[in-house]
Formats: sequence, C-alpha cells, structure tokens
Amino acid sequence: MKVDRRSFLGLGLGAAAGIAVSPIGMKLTDDSSIWTQNWPWTPVPVDGEVSYENSVCSLCPGSCGISIRKIDGRPVKIEGLADYPINDGGACLHGIAGLQYLYDPARVKTPLKKNGDKFEEISWDDAIAYVADKLGDIRKSGAPEKLACIVGKDQGSVSGLFKRLLKTFGSSNFYTMPSLESYLELTAATLHGEGETISFDLENASFVLSFGAGIIEGWGSPVNCFKANASRKQRHAKLYQIEPRLSNTAANADKWIPVKPGTEADLALGICAVILKNKLFDSTATANFKGGLNKFGALLQKDYTPSKTAEITGVKASDIEKIAILFAKAKMPVAVFGKGRGDGAQSLKELVAVHTLNCLVGNINKKGGAFVQPKTNYLEFPDESMDSIAGKGFGKTKIGPYVNQLVERVNASSEPVVEALFVYNANPCHSLHDSKNAKQAIGKIPFVVSFSSFLDETAMEADIILPSHTFIERLEDVPSGGGLAKTVVGLTKPIVEPLFNTKNPGDAILLIAKALEGNIAKSFEWESYEECLEGVTSGIWDSLSEEGFAIISEGIPSGSAKVNISFLAKNPLTVQAQGDFALTLIPIDNMRLISAGVAASPFAIKTVSDKVLMGRDIVVEINPLTAKGLKDGGSATLTTPIGTARVKVNFDEGIMPGVIGMVEGLGHTFDNKYVSNKGINVNDLIGPVIESGSGLDAAFGIKAKISKA
Amino acid sequence: MKQENNKAYKFGMVVDLDKCTGCGSCMVSCMSENNVPFKDDESDKKKSITWMRVYKLTNGKAFPDTQVVYMPRPCQHCSGKGGHGHSPCVSVCPATATDYGHDTGIVSQIYTRCFGCRYCMGACPYHARYFNWWDPEWPEGMENYLSPNVSPRMRGVVEKCSFCYHRFQAARDQAYAEGNKDEIAEENYQTACTTACPAGAIVFGDLNNPAHQVHKIVKPDPHPDPRNKHVVGKSRNPKVFRLLERLGTNTKVYYLSEREWVRKAGDNYLDGEWDKIKNHHGAVISHD
Repeated sequence: MKVDRRSFLGLGLGAAAGIAVSPIGMKLTDDSSIWTQNWPWTPVPVDGEVSYENSVCSLCPGSCGISIRKIDGRPVKIEGLADYPINDGGACLHGIAGLQYLYDPARVKTPLKKNGDKFEEISWDDAIAYVADKLGDIRKSGAPEKLACIVGKDQGSVSGLFKRLLKTFGSSNFYTMPSLESYLELTAATLHGEGETISFDLENASFVLSFGAGIIEGWGSPVNCFKANASRKQRHAKLYQIEPRLSNTAANADKWIPVKPGTEADLALGICAVILKNKLFDSTATANFKGGLNKFGALLQKDYTPSKTAEITGVKASDIEKIAILFAKAKMPVAVFGKGRGDGAQSLKELVAVHTLNCLVGNINKKGGAFVQPKTNYLEFPDESMDSIAGKGFGKTKIGPYVNQLVERVNASSEPVVEALFVYNANPCHSLHDSKNAKQAIGKIPFVVSFSSFLDETAMEADIILPSHTFIERLEDVPSGGGLAKTVVGLTKPIVEPLFNTKNPGDAILLIAKALEGNIAKSFEWESYEECLEGVTSGIWDSLSEEGFAIISEGIPSGSAKVNISFLAKNPLTVQAQGDFALTLIPIDNMRLISAGVAASPFAIKTVSDKVLMGRDIVVEINPLTAKGLKDGGSATLTTPIGTARVKVNFDEGIMPGVIGMVEGLGHTFDNKYVSNKGINVNDLIGPVIESGSGLDAAFGIKAKISKA
Repeated sequence: MKQENNKAYKFGMVVDLDKCTGCGSCMVSCMSENNVPFKDDESDKKKSITWMRVYKLTNGKAFPDTQVVYMPRPCQHCSGKGGHGHSPCVSVCPATATDYGHDTGIVSQIYTRCFGCRYCMGACPYHARYFNWWDPEWPEGMENYLSPNVSPRMRGVVEKCSFCYHRFQAARDQAYAEGNKDEIAEENYQTACTTACPAGAIVFGDLNNPAHQVHKIVKPDPHPDPRNKHVVGKSRNPKVFRLLERLGTNTKVYYLSEREWVRKAGDNYLDGEWDKIKNHHGAVISHD
C-alpha cells in the first residue's frame, strides 16, 4: 500500500483520536500510580476482632485509668478510661503514646552483664546467681549497709519489696528520687507532724494561689489537674499564678504574677505578713498554732513588710496586699506549692511558707482547701525475718538523708562507701542536678544493678541489667499520688505477653532474695510476685481485681490539724542561686517532655515546638531586653558555674528580664534516634544547692551568662 | 449490602481556647489513631506530619502584659463558598483524590488516588495538608501497633485529618445494626482528639442537629451572612469565631474564647478594621 500524505495524516489523526478515546492511557496512568504506591515495605495492618482491656498507666504519679484497644489481641491504641475516679476518660500525651515504649528501640531485651565497656547477653539464671554471689560477698564482709538502692518513689508493692530486701539484707540505705509525694510528706511533717501528708482540693477551690505549681504542666496528677483547671470557668473560680515566666499555667490563669526566681518563699511570707497584720486570718485556725506564732508574726512585720517583700521579689507592694486580701477573703482559697511539676529541686522554706498560708486562713480539711491527713498505707507486708547481720546493718544510720548526699559521699570518699547499688524506676544520671556528677558517682560504685526496661543513661553505667516488663506487660499496684484529694490504688495488668526476655521487677527481687538464702529468703516466701501482691493487698484485692481499682480515701478528712510554726519562726535562709553571673538560668517543665523517669516517646517529641528544639539544638527563652548582642533564632553560648553549652535563643516576652529558661527532659544519650541526641540536659548546667536545715537540693536555677556564639 | 444515607450530617467541631492547655494530647491521640509516622527529626514543622497541630498564639505585647493561647488546628473541613462543597482543596484536585462528602460535610482524602501534585496544599489556607516526602518507617516491631482502620500512607501522597472518618463508619454500622439507620448517637461518633482532650476543650458533633452540644455552642446561622453572601453557618454566639471567615471557606471547625485579642487573631485585619467588624462579629442576626 502506498503511503501518501493524505493517508499518513489520516492514520495519524485516527490513531491520536483512538488513543484519546480509549481508556488505555488513563488505565496505564492509574495503574502506574497505584503500582508506585504499593511498595511492599508500606505496612498493611492486619484486621481482626476488636476488643478493649482496662489497665492503669504507671508512667507518672498520675496513675490514670486506661483502655487499650486491641485487634486480635494486638494492642493498637491507648485511651483514657471513662468513669475512672482519677481521669474519667481524659489522658495525657505520654499515656496515649504508651505503646511506643513497648517497641522502643532502646529496650533491654534480655539480662545484660557488662564485660569491659560492652554488655553481653546472659541468662536469667546466671544473672540472678551472679547478683546473689556479689551480694553474698558484701554480706559476708560484715558491711551489709554498703548495699544501697535508689527507686523512683516509695509507693506500691514493688518499691516495698526493694525496701524489704534492703532491710533483711541489713541496710537502711534506701533512697527515692525527689518527688512531689515526698515533698508533701516533708512539708506535713514539718508543720503538722510525722506520718501526715497534704493534698489539695483543686476541684472545688474558689481561689487557687499557685506558687509556680505547673497545674497544667504535669504537676501532681496531671489529667486530674487538667480537669480541675478546665472546670474553673463554670465554677467561677480564680487561679493566680506566681512564677518568673509565662508558663502554660500562667497563660491560662486569671492573673500571672511574675516573681524573681527563687523568691517565692519570701513572697509567701510577705502575704502571711499582710494577713497577720490586717487580722485577716482565721482565729480558730490560729488557735491550733504552736511553736511561736507571736515570734513568727514579729519576724514577718520586721523583715517581710510589703515594701521589703516587693524589693526581694519584684512584685509590687500594692499587689502583695491585694493578693493577700483576695486570698484571705476568698470563700475557698488554697495555696499550692511545688514549682513546675513539683518533682524537681524544692526548698523546704518555700513549701512550708506557702502551706502556712493555708493554715492561717483556716482552709485545712475544708471543702476546696488543703487536706491534712495521715499517709494511707494499704500494703500489709508480714514481719521480716531479721538475723544479727541484718539487725546490725539496718540499725546503722543512712549515708545521707537524700540521694544528693549519697552522690556527694560516694564521690568525696576514696574508700567505697557503697559496694553495691540497685536502681529501679529512676534515672539519676539524667534527672539529678549536675548529672555528670551523679554519673561519676554511679560509675564509682563497684557493683550496680539496674532494673530498667530501657538502656537509659543510668542503665548504661550498670554492671548488670535485669530488665523489667514495661507497664503494658506487667501486673502491679499503682497508688495515686501528687496531692490528689483522694487516694486511689489502681491495678496495672499485663495487656500483652512480654515481648522480650524480661521479668516483673517484683519477680526479679523474689529470685534474688531466694538466691541469698537465710533470713532473706525466709522473708520472701512467695512463689511469685502475683502471689505476693495478692497477699500484701489482701484488704483491697477483691476491689482491685474486680473493679481494677480501690478507693482508699476520699472526701474531706475530719478534724483540724495542729500547726507547728517553729521552722519558720527560726527564720531560715532563702536559698540563693549558685555563682555570680548576671542572669539566672531556670529549668522549664514542659508537658510534652518528661523530666524524670522514662524519656518522652517519639510521638511526644514530635509535638515539641520548634521554639524549644530545633534540629539537635535546644532553644532557650530569653526576654529581648536581656538579649543584647544576640539574634532571635541565632546561636549562643550559655555558661554557668558548672558547664557550658551551645544553644539557640528565642526572644520571648513571656519571661522576666534577667532570666533564661531552658526546658527539662532533653539531652538523652541512649540508643533511640527519635528521642536521643536532641538538645542538652539542663541538669548538666545546674548544680545542686543544699538548703541548710532541710538537706534538700533546693537549686531553683543557677547564675548564668550568655553570649553570641 | 448497600447502605442508604438519607440524612445529611454536617459534622463540625468547636474548640474552647480558654480551656485548651496546649498539652498535646490531641496531637498524639490523632497520630496514634491514624497511623501517622514519625522521623528522627521532627523539628522542621513544615515537613512534620501533624494532622492535628497545636499553634501557640501571643497577643504581641511586651512583658509583663504578654498573653499566650494555644490553638489546636485539625483540617477545617471547609464547605466552600455558600456551603456548596467547593472547598479550596477539592476545587483544585485533578485526581478527585480529595472530595467533599455532602452527606457528612467531611472532606476526604483517598491516598491511592493522589499522585502528589500538591495543588491542594497550595490551595489550603490553613496549612492542614501534609506531603509524604519519605516512606514511613517504624522501628523494628513498632508496626505491630498500627491500626487496620486507617491505611498507612506511602511516599508521594498528601494526607490530612479526616475527622476520624473510620469512626464515623463504625458508628454508622452500629446504628444500622441497631436498626436506627438515620440517627448516629452523638457519643458514638467522636474524633480521637475530642475523646483524648483532658481539659474537655474540644466538642464534636453534628452541626445540623440542634440536640448536639456543638450546635448548642455554635448556634450556626441558618441564613447566609447579609454582609457576605458566601459566608454561611456563621456562629450566632458572640464568643465563637472561625479562621479567616471572610474568605467564605465556611470551615466547620469553630473556636471559642472570652478574650477579644484571641478572636481577633482568627483573621488579618487592617488598622481600625477590627473595631468596625467586632460588633457585628458573631452578633445575632435577626433572620429567625
């Protein structure tokens, strides 16, 4: 066939028209688009039957009820549990992201033993035998008190088992990390007597005067506090927030009162002075005062007049008087203490001064006030079996009152003051002030046993790691804490079979005790932790196992509380920041990060603002007035007496001039690229300052300077 | 079995900015519910996929008069000018990968149809859409927590908030199973961010249903705004506002605040313009 111009064009146009009309082109495009999206590495989650299981989150003292959605037994989502007496359906971001801890790349999958610089896998039997052998040697040497233990908090049966092991071994060196619970007890002990504790009825208070308590920053029982705060509007209640920076709590409050860092105690005393001077106190309440109310009053009228207090704190004298009158005349006022989350460094002077406000206006054990009542104890451990070594060792005084002194003594001494250390549910190498110092101390202790689920900073310093189940895999009693007006014990239940070769820390302790034989084994005659838990919680076990929780105390406690004012009447000194630079660096508690215990999850880190973390750089807050020579968003060198760091700066009008704010909870160094090697740990820049009289680390910050990098 | 939808829902949300604490629970609940991935560095927020993102707004005043408010921003599920379903993104999508559900008011996103042109991202005035520049990756074992209700996305597609559409489907199925095909109970369809919020700041429901909490708070005007006929569903609650309302995108996410500066932050105003507008803003219009 001859191809002429006409037929060529005809064929060409025909073909073009045909292709245009045919679905082939569309089909191929569509297919290629689908094909390029069906990569085998894009996971296709398997469908299945949906079920829900209830448990309790134990990531923080909040102890919220959680509901876990499962697909064919595979947990896919954690949500708040409706009608649970603490959180009633709400949940915080860390709890919701809880499943990420289960599959955390930094999890310790099997017992590890350190050989040189490296960890080697070891079986549970060998690990327990090794620990028992080491401990046996210490006991034989006649110095059982050289076994020490650091736990996150002294609550619940697992901590109870650690304490019991130490006691029967012959050591009183049981330490807890700083926690709001311990501060509440210490404040109560100072003002009301040993064995008491304090809680706050935030849900009903009509006027909350918060001295830096991050009520929506994770303070106390976070979700409960969120709820109490959210209901403020309906209840026409007021919140006044006193702190150096515009935290989320300050931003949400009815009034933010900026105060110079570390002068909160003085402000509280200044308010006390106005209340006393103007006779705004409750005279039936002050009738319960002893220990020198007159002396205390005279001291206040001398040293804490509104004008003097104004000079110290930076709050106007007229405002101090106004606040005092508002507070004293409010129907249900409550003053709340515990800066930030309340689990960092605190000064006893400040805690006691703030709580004295509650005592003065007579809101103790009244609706919307502060509750003072004996510590609840629902655990009934049988008596320990003590042999002579145990009795003698346990009778010796502790190395120091708090974990800071333990670190100090270990570092200062050339002889080992501690031969062996247990660390459970705590990460002192990251969360203590001057964390490098803590790391050095832990490194110096000859034998460190970590019970961590993750290879965190402290676990890395350990000689042996006996990994624990995460809270999704284990059984445990979880009492509520953090100043909650009621006490609820929840039961954390295993939602999945353990993923790895880990154990419930309670079971690990039982195994160690049994391997140690003698009186120690005799004190741990349970077959398993489960049996132990059922035994020691027998009073509430029915409720725990059936309802998932037991309410130990609720409602307004009866009776008034005696108040001993002698601590303040002695006019204790206010702790000053270390160093003599012009600026003050303070740590910031941010709800989206975790400052103590586990690190924040990848999801939580993802929510952190780029004004807090930019790439690998931590961003510090600084008032433009203080930031001379610096550029907003630029790099700077931050120097404190104990360290130097490169930071980025964010000009923020929400922080007092003269103050630099740095977030807590970053700067982790373990093997999880989603959360580690981001920013720096503020505790590397702030050193402890021990308050005389209480022995507490009360460093609210540290003096610092900042210059362009 | 074909399911009939005779009833037109109009799902929407109102966020009480005075209650919002900026805690981030909504963001994480959303990520966990919808299989949103994460990378080792998420600090470049333009590349960080957050269907629900909480913005921090300030009043711009110097210390100590500074104020801050947090504003959660899911997809605004625009109804488009006049409420006819021509939302900015739907109008520009060449692949019909995003569409307006006239029966629900939800703007959908079909990942397998999307070929990644990102016109919709350019069209969205709210930065609610995100592009997958990389394939999602989970650390070993972590893909075990993925939910089968939402497909994980792949490199090269756009994704955004769906008002947890799978929860709507589940609630609709439940309603059918209970023989009540025209009525989804308010509590049976709630988004993951709403149920997670510990402050109770987010209220979600059917804006067409006067019994629903969201309707009671928003009180949407049944008539177009007499000043701008493109604007429909304007709130008759003077404390309630929408973002960039004047564009006529007719978003179904409303915000509530007692504070004037916060309401003013919902749009850009010329000098002096706000004072003229604010009195009308959300004022009751006497059509009914």
